[in-house]
Amino acid sequence: MTNRGYKYHPYIPNSVPNVQEEMLKEIGLKSIEDLHEDIPEDLTLKGEMNIPAPFKSEYELKRHLEGVLNKNKTCTEYVNFLGGGCWQHYVPAVCDEINTRAEFLTAYGGEPYEDHGRFQALFEYQSLVAELVDMDVVNVPTIDWGQATATAIRMASRINGRGEVIVPRTICPDRLMIIQNYCSPDIKCVFVDYNEITGQMDIEDLKAKISSNTTAVYFENPSFLGFIEGQGEEISKIAHKIGAECIVGVDPISLGVLEAPVNYGADIVCGDLQPLGIHMNYGGGQSGFIATRDEEKYVMEYPSRLFGITPTTVEGEYGFGDVAYDRTSFAKREGGKEYVGTQTALWGITSGVFLSLVGPKGIWEIGQTIMQNSQYAINKLSEIKNVNGSLFNSCNFKEFIVDFNATGKSVEDINKELLDKKIFGGIDLSNTFKELGQVSLYSVTEVHSKEDIDNLVKAIKEILEP
Amino acid sequence: MDTTNTFKRINRERKLRKFHQAKWDEPIIFELSKEGERGIGIPKADEKIAECVGDGVSKIPESMKRKKEPNLPEVAQARVLMHFLHLSQETLGADLNIDIGQGTCTMKYSPKINEQISRIPKMTEIHPLQDESTVQGILEVMYNLDLIMREISGMDRFSFQSGGGSQAAMLMASIVRAAHKANGDEKRDEIITTIFSHPSDAAAYALMGYKIITIYPDKDGYPDLEALKGALSSKTAGLVITNPEDTGVYNPRIKEFTALVHNAGGICAYDQANANGLLGITRAREAGFDMCFFNLHKTFSTPHGCGGPATGAVGVTKELERFLPIPQVEFDGDKYYLDYNIPDTVGKVRSFYGVPQVMLKAYSWIRSLGTEGLYEVAKVAVLNNNYLYKKVTEIKGVEAPYAKGRQRVEQVRYSLNTLTKDTGVTSEDVQRRMFDYGMHYWTSHHPYIVPQPFTLEPTESYSKDELDEYIEVLEQISKDSYENPELIKGAPYNSVVHRIDETTLDDPEKWAITWRAYLKKTIKDE
Repeated sequence: MTNRGYKYHPYIPNSVPNVQEEMLKEIGLKSIEDLHEDIPEDLTLKGEMNIPAPFKSEYELKRHLEGVLNKNKTCTEYVNFLGGGCWQHYVPAVCDEINTRAEFLTAYGGEPYEDHGRFQALFEYQSLVAELVDMDVVNVPTIDWGQATATAIRMASRINGRGEVIVPRTICPDRLMIIQNYCSPDIKCVFVDYNEITGQMDIEDLKAKISSNTTAVYFENPSFLGFIEGQGEEISKIAHKIGAECIVGVDPISLGVLEAPVNYGADIVCGDLQPLGIHMNYGGGQSGFIATRDEEKYVMEYPSRLFGITPTTVEGEYGFGDVAYDRTSFAKREGGKEYVGTQTALWGITSGVFLSLVGPKGIWEIGQTIMQNSQYAINKLSEIKNVNGSLFNSCNFKEFIVDFNATGKSVEDINKELLDKKIFGGIDLSNTFKELGQVSLYSVTEVHSKEDIDNLVKAIKEILEP
Repeated sequence: MDTTNTFKRINRERKLRKFHQAKWDEPIIFELSKEGERGIGIPKADEKIAECVGDGVSKIPESMKRKKEPNLPEVAQARVLMHFLHLSQETLGADLNIDIGQGTCTMKYSPKINEQISRIPKMTEIHPLQDESTVQGILEVMYNLDLIMREISGMDRFSFQSGGGSQAAMLMASIVRAAHKANGDEKRDEIITTIFSHPSDAAAYALMGYKIITIYPDKDGYPDLEALKGALSSKTAGLVITNPEDTGVYNPRIKEFTALVHNAGGICAYDQANANGLLGITRAREAGFDMCFFNLHKTFSTPHGCGGPATGAVGVTKELERFLPIPQVEFDGDKYYLDYNIPDTVGKVRSFYGVPQVMLKAYSWIRSLGTEGLYEVAKVAVLNNNYLYKKVTEIKGVEAPYAKGRQRVEQVRYSLNTLTKDTGVTSEDVQRRMFDYGMHYWTSHHPYIVPQPFTLEPTESYSKDELDEYIEVLEQISKDSYENPELIKGAPYNSVVHRIDETTLDDPEKWAITWRAYLKKTIKDE
């Protein structure tokens, strides 16, 4: 036997030398070195990999990792006002209880028989989000909102064969980059301007830019900049008139109080599930969804898996399976719709648990609390000399732009000083939305107390009026 | 005291496990709804806030106010919990079975310590846009994971932004596109792959605008070198290939493949979803690849989570670094930071930086093994696979086409063609019967080039006894197929559900993707 390797490793039962000998004998080999016979000599790794020595006990490993992670400061230790696509909401204990269950955590691609529970849980997630968006079809989750939007745009383009999508200039910049990479070379983004007083889409500019090349008009509600786009119906009518699809991106936690986009004309709705019971995880909690009406022309364009309910051979038994599997790249390789693969199924199940817990009353109450808390923050911030709590004269949901232009201080400087006071100030937009100057996107949710907001206001006052 | 024992010891010497999956006959969550029940209390705005701003919702423009309450179920907390626990028990997670049947998925043990660490607030409660000084811990993990991945692959730089293997394939395709564009070589529009590479490789490149040329195996099961030569031209943009392929056959001429593609001006991308048996043995660099990706949720043990969250770690050579997505984690000798200054970046494929908690778990797994541990993983995975290969092909009706007499690497694609011809029992029938023993069994990706296929991948996580148990079940099913084929065709019997009616799933009049659609499309039997 060789001296190489790591015998008796707790994760590798057959690292026991006697067992290895027995198995090697069975396959007619003398040494573990006789394996990998087809790897040519010149491809065999000669030197050692420079990887740190292993921790030989679980305790030492844990101590190391905790030591490293302890360098992080969390949003429970600091008061956090960052949002911008990943938001701090309360995560109900039952959500974590379910998504840490070994059965769900370690399952993967089983069939409807041995993974019946996984199929049902994801079918229920689809069904619950469907109620929120008031539509009949929702997919198994995508990677994130950006991926969902990019796919929605490609779906539209396959439906009407056109190659331009209209997006608002207020779109989330990260999301735009995802769309531009994913949709090229087939679809080009055309930007529509916004009203500088209200932030709302400039309808005249939309009319000027829409054409028979337009596959879809996409907008977000609430927008990336926090305001509620009030012209949904008008926008969708303009899109439909020219044969384009209307795609709306939503923050699903707003849909207790905000209208479901289908009811102002959306054809395809997408968004991120992270607010629905998923921790921020430094951005690792994102998970996208897409919803449409139950029409063949839409369903057949989804690249994702779609789980459907169906009878079994036994009366009274629910079964589940893949709807229209032949659409997918699993069935047709490059002939399928886009591609399908591992995305964020566990977060789909988690958001299903969340919606089951909050119910119709809870989702309304969360929306209301967010609106009240954020309006309070806007009012209080506006009381600070030279600060405008809401740059745009529109109603907001959760997020709003605080205007510091008149203070003579940069957002970067203000945020630095806030950090010293254990506050994560809002997102500095001065680089991404240069025309707005020194402004910052703040996020206020149901987790913020009056004290948190008052302390923020007090801290900013101290910074600006020392 | 009476020395005669009359208490009979329970006889456990039967051959096969008598399994029955938990069956809860669980209703759909909507059927549990009772008006007024609540699952959780919601924080209300402070009274003083309400005094100051009113009800908050009146300010919403009329057109944007929700008119109709969403029809979510109203269920008390314990019942919600019980419902989803029942569903979890009706799911065969890897932690619960000898999960070698989902071949190509690398279903290995995901150590609990890694999961626990990833769930502490120092990981879960951090926002991606926090000041860099407040996230030095996670940035350190991401940076060090990059360094380790470079060693494992020989590549020069990694991006962890892709949220899965398919998205990683798409990122690689994006980089190929950007690199040719930067060279003013945009007329190259053909990508070469093999039929035993993952379907997403072909699909992702096609999505990025490429024509796909698929190479089939030669008679020995190796990607056909002559076919590759015939496919190369001034239109060749690149190659995307797995090795070992999904058959488990390692292509020893891989360096010849990459050299030929390079000579034609193409870029070579390595889908390393099947890398588990190669850790510390051979690398992308030495085989001549310009790029590769690993699945952290597969080879590096972070769990599969029913299909994500996950990470496809994409590694590139120095020449391609300038096309990586933004940002990359850098270290200035004092602190870690995010670098957005990547001149020819493809932009972004996923929001923020990917899935950091998955990177943390992969990092932790590697730190529990070190260089020698990774080597042990590869050796034992291949030992297990070749042991299984010998035993499984001894079973009546089972063969493994291609590369006769040669070893296999990480998995084997078997064929039940003989069994089907002899008995009428298909691979899909056997699949359903395996569930009666609490075991996964995956046929294969389409198209079925190997007739009546199934693919097993034992990884390093299972003991010899566990492999033997799986083999014994297959033996029993083979025996039963010859003696009583109807028994196999009628399976499953011990699963949660019986044969599903698949016809509704392809019928637009009947498919029901949500509960509300199901209620609309069905009539109640009075």
